[in-house]
Amino acid sequence: MSVRVRYEKELKEVFDNLVLMCRHIEIAIEKCVKALTERDSQIAGEVCEEEKAIDKLERDIEQSCLRILMMEHPVASDFREVSAALKMITDLERIGDQARDIAEITTQFGDGEYIKKLEHIPQMAVIIIQMVKDGVQAYINRDLALARSLDRTDDKVDELFNVVMNDLTVLIKKNPDNAEQAVMFMMITKYLERIGDHAVNIGEWVEYAITGNHP
Amino acid sequence: MDNKFNMTVKNCDLYYGDFHALKNVSMDIDEHEVTALIGPSGCGKSTFIRIFNRMNDLVEGCRVTGDIRIGGRNIFDKSTDVPLLRKNVGMVFQKPNPFPMSVYDNIAFAPRTFGMGGIKKRRELDAVVERSLKQAGLWDEVKDRLRKNAMGLSGGQQQRLCIARALAAEPKILLMDEPTSALDPISTGIIEDLINELKVNYTIVIVTHNMQQATRISDKTAFFLLGEVVEYGSTEEVFTKPQNKKTENYITGRFG
Repeated sequence: MSVRVRYEKELKEVFDNLVLMCRHIEIAIEKCVKALTERDSQIAGEVCEEEKAIDKLERDIEQSCLRILMMEHPVASDFREVSAALKMITDLERIGDQARDIAEITTQFGDGEYIKKLEHIPQMAVIIIQMVKDGVQAYINRDLALARSLDRTDDKVDELFNVVMNDLTVLIKKNPDNAEQAVMFMMITKYLERIGDHAVNIGEWVEYAITGNHP
Repeated sequence: MDNKFNMTVKNCDLYYGDFHALKNVSMDIDEHEVTALIGPSGCGKSTFIRIFNRMNDLVEGCRVTGDIRIGGRNIFDKSTDVPLLRKNVGMVFQKPNPFPMSVYDNIAFAPRTFGMGGIKKRRELDAVVERSLKQAGLWDEVKDRLRKNAMGLSGGQQQRLCIARALAAEPKILLMDEPTSALDPISTGIIEDLINELKVNYTIVIVTHNMQQATRISDKTAFFLLGEVVEYGSTEEVFTKPQNKKTENYITGRFG
């Protein structure tokens, strides 16, 4: 039926753009961690470009979804799929903002040696990148188990967050001069932890798209 | 008839000669609710609503079995007063069917026929006509042409006239068979608003092919397919997470 063909085509466009948005997020997070570990302000600057691309894709996907809602009046699973995409892109866009915020902080450390070894922050980054990818994959493949797994994976992110926070508290107590860097590390870690939460939100919307129940 | 006008249907089968048009249909319809019936053409929706005012009695070779009650009373009972039943169960059709007489006489038809409420005085009948036309949202448009022939009204006005005519009989239940399918969006909107207002006092069952209309106006939705009720539940549930794959496929336009 012709109406269905058009709908499927429009939805595929949304899928493709979601994958692209996810790819930019992956690069943005990788780059902001690299900017931190390699103390490279040029790479930090590149994160801004990624963030712009992410914003642009959010607008594009939003337009596609609104067009589908207007033209196709989707119901049942079609309706859930389109509304889930609309909600997911808000989380994805926020993730882009947070990657940019991290990149900005990395440029403010100056030349002094880092007060701590960078070990947990890159670990957090690896996990949250995978979480975002899993969220988008789960949506595209209608994979309920994968969507539901995000909540548990996020526990690991929270654990690492707590480890870093404790380390930084100890460092501040040991020498108040550490405070300046400690605050910046803390903010970076908090942003990463928030990205994990956004990925969990995405997983919840995927669950809604598949089952009709938002957990 | 008693004061309650809920409808209960248990194990209803309906045949037109050899054709099995409704198959073991069971459904409870509560008072003051709008129930939408959806499904492909020829699946039994209109046949189903015509049971309630026993309009199928007029169809040769039509046979109904099962337990069909309004307000707890079996409407196929020998003691049923069929004209009274039809007064209580009003019907509006897809195509407006005004009688070829004046606007006033169209509306006054039922009160005159049923001699309702001891209406004797002209003034009382005028009041019923005015009230019914107001309820149907038509009064302002026709109050200066009550003596003109109803056939001269526009399609949307004619349909509202038919609704007013049905309301003048003071029914308890209103059956509507695709009442807006021939109307423009403005007339459709007026009738949808009207249905929303009427449900306070009436129980409404509406057949519609317009999915958006079903979501806008109904509390419950039943999906008919090949004479069977595939799914019946709250409209929100049916249109956001239908339980049956056939419902999903139909409402999303994947078949039918």
